[in-house]
Amino acid sequence: MSSPLIQVRSLAQRIGGQEILRGVDLDIARGETLVLLGKSGGGKSVFLRHLIGLMTPVSGSILFEGRELTGLTEREWEPVRRKIGMLFQDGALFDSMNVFDNVAFPLRERGERDPATIRRKVAESLAMVNMGGHDRKMPVNLSGGMRKRVALARAIISPPAVILYDEPTAGLDPIVSDSINKLIRHLQSALSVTSIVVTHDMVSCYHIADKVALLQDGRIYFEGSPESLRACTDPVVRDFVDGRSGETIY
Amino acid sequence: MVVAQYLSSAGLAFLLFLGQVAGLAGETIASILKGRIRMRLAVFQIAEIGFKSQLVVIVTGAFTGAVFTAQAYFQFASLNMETAVGPVVALSMFRELGPVLTGIMVAGRVGAAMSAEIGTMKVSQQIDALRALAVNPVDYLVVPRALAMFVSMPFLVVECVGCGILASYYVGVEVLGISGVHFLENTRKFTDSSDIIMALVKGFFFAAVIVFISCREGLNARDGAVGVGRATTATVVNCSLAVLVANFFLTMALNILFPAG
Repeated sequence: MSSPLIQVRSLAQRIGGQEILRGVDLDIARGETLVLLGKSGGGKSVFLRHLIGLMTPVSGSILFEGRELTGLTEREWEPVRRKIGMLFQDGALFDSMNVFDNVAFPLRERGERDPATIRRKVAESLAMVNMGGHDRKMPVNLSGGMRKRVALARAIISPPAVILYDEPTAGLDPIVSDSINKLIRHLQSALSVTSIVVTHDMVSCYHIADKVALLQDGRIYFEGSPESLRACTDPVVRDFVDGRSGETIY
Repeated sequence: MVVAQYLSSAGLAFLLFLGQVAGLAGETIASILKGRIRMRLAVFQIAEIGFKSQLVVIVTGAFTGAVFTAQAYFQFASLNMETAVGPVVALSMFRELGPVLTGIMVAGRVGAAMSAEIGTMKVSQQIDALRALAVNPVDYLVVPRALAMFVSMPFLVVECVGCGILASYYVGVEVLGISGVHFLENTRKFTDSSDIIMALVKGFFFAAVIVFISCREGLNARDGAVGVGRATTATVVNCSLAVLVANFFLTMALNILFPAG
């Protein structure tokens, strides 16, 4: 069996005196879609940000293709980041650029100068996320779902080995959420990318996951297939999956 | 005890601020020397920073020259020294007023805009997006602005000084009746290339002060719109103070290199 693409060991993070991650251990295999579940504010997005070097852990280890990532300088992270795309929760589109320039940005930054090639690749990326014809719009004129699609087009225009999704369906209606889920599946089959999806949307989880992990109290509490999650009888897991808070409203 | 604690924490915060500004300056200069320059962005910033700041700098220089001339004339007339007004105004504009006023006006117009733009990008995760796309924020955001400031500021200072002297000539000669020949001759006699060099050197230093403080404030912005507002205010205040303080030390140092007269 080949070694995992990403290996996380004892990852710990503390923010404002509060322990957010208390030793996360997780393996992610090449080509797999891992869905990371957990409560809001439980550290899922913080975990994701460590995988692309936007945060530095207090302790622990992250191996990507066998290379240790913790301790890399900002400049040393750059070649790693060319292999990892990230979809931010709000898209994080550059608000001074239109859709075309946002999507073309990674190409231009990686030295592509031929306008015809840029136009073709941007059109292909936008078509892949069903956003063809919107390329002259500014981000401020797009809905939340459209912004996420454009951000996804930007993340995949130079096909990465890994895509990190931070709450891809949060705040979207069920129909747009379904189209984003289908898009994630499609990208996995079309580009053979490894995907790590942070969410608390169970519909989305069952739709896209090859493997599911539940982050609870800063540690991985459950790890397994979607089927084993459905069958799990652990009360903490069941409360999360079934959406039970345990609180009583008087 | 409380006062001592406050002073020590304020002192530490000031040292941290200086360290961050110096660190950003070092990183930016290293990037420039290694050729990590996006020329298209730098040209765009020259237009934004240099070209669009001209009106405010010209008006400031012209009215400062005009009012300084009027005041100097009213004082010097009682001593029959009206013809000294030209060189006094010209020397002051070259050595002090031109660079300092340009610095303060640019800090207000350009520094605040830089800080607000970068701060907004910071709080809306656009800078994280840049980093995630393997683009260094210093290379992409700070280097073009620094280059644009280094190129634009000396020109803006020259414009400010030139308009101040022209306004001085107009008010002194055309309005207050000073002899035009004497005004020009004395101005030429008491000013030389060292005054121009001093103005340009100060302009260059103020460019560095403004761009690195403004970008540092923007890159450190947090807590949403309130944080961006706070960063913008801090930029204008800190840049203006830094220009005034740096001006004193530059004046002392440059007067050793280029003594007046």
